[in-house]
Amino acid sequence: GGAFWVDSQQKRYVPVKGDHVIGIVTAKAGDVFRLDVGGSEPASLSYLAFEGATKRNRPNVQVGDLIYGQFVVANKDMEPEMVCIDSSGKSSGMGIIGQDGFLFKVSLGLIRKLLAPKCEIIQELSQLYPFELVIGMNGRIWVKAKTVQQTLIIVNILEACEYMTAEQRKQALAKLSGN
Amino acid sequence: PGDTSVLAGLYGPAEAKISKELPDRAALEVLLRPKVGLPGVLERSREQLLRQTCEAVVLGVLHPRTAISLVLQVLSDAGSLLSCCLNAACMALLDAGLPLSTLFCGVTCALQPDGTILLDPTSRQEQEARAILTFAIASSERKVLMANTKGSCSVEEMQQCLAAAQRAATTIFQFYRDSVRRRYSK
Repeated sequence: GGAFWVDSQQKRYVPVKGDHVIGIVTAKAGDVFRLDVGGSEPASLSYLAFEGATKRNRPNVQVGDLIYGQFVVANKDMEPEMVCIDSSGKSSGMGIIGQDGFLFKVSLGLIRKLLAPKCEIIQELSQLYPFELVIGMNGRIWVKAKTVQQTLIIVNILEACEYMTAEQRKQALAKLSGN
Repeated sequence: PGDTSVLAGLYGPAEAKISKELPDRAALEVLLRPKVGLPGVLERSREQLLRQTCEAVVLGVLHPRTAISLVLQVLSDAGSLLSCCLNAACMALLDAGLPLSTLFCGVTCALQPDGTILLDPTSRQEQEARAILTFAIASSERKVLMANTKGSCSVEEMQQCLAAAQRAATTIFQFYRDSVRRRYSK
């Protein structure tokens, strides 16, 4: 006892080893992809760091694609490196994020709130419409629901959760499910 | 009071140009734009003053090979401009969440010909004063980060101005706290 972990509200993401983030492919340079993760420099991702990838069997990644991966190297002195497989070689949910859907940015504090073990926000939202959700520790969230309108409603609620209390959120969801 | 205003924008830590990057710390750059006209020598010297003050508080070793840019735009000037820039710079650093070792604030003292000390003088009072002293005061133990003097004064007078500025700094730090509290408790 006697040690405190202080998390401060930051806008800028600083890459940390082991963090799962959403990156945007900005360039293909030989065997490596350059990804924008919202930090001070782009991260690198080797084409072999996908499940089932070999030199003959390359993953189909284009510039502009969204990738969900984790950092294996992330310190202040070196360029961050990402992979899309875990230590046993399985993808466990990581890899290229599919077509359509909507990517938006929120503050790091809200991400930590959403990823906390007992987060009611996501449970309440899932009772409203079914949707797919990817949360990156770098402040990026990707949402895909059945229609564009449902997707945008979920996006607006998640963005507003930053400032709404639990009561206001329940009221807003009740109004929407009544519609 | 209240008529001098400066808009501050902070960018970074971002990727730095190879010619500007430092291997072990962040490279801090300050740009000061006057209300009218192109930036001249006065703006350049103020930029260096602000840069050195900010470098003393920002923990640059946590972000090596990056660039942090602070852009200040003067919206109106009714006196005490340099300390207004210092306050705007500190609030920009706070709001961006950059790691800092201490907060700082700027206080201007005008020494009138009869020896009285005026804090945060207007342009009129600045012109009539014998000397203008601007101090950047840190929030931990009210230490002096930067002192800028225009005009002539004795050592005792400077000490008196410094003491007055350190007392006034408390009010400014309370204002920082209130602003941040209001921002995050919508």
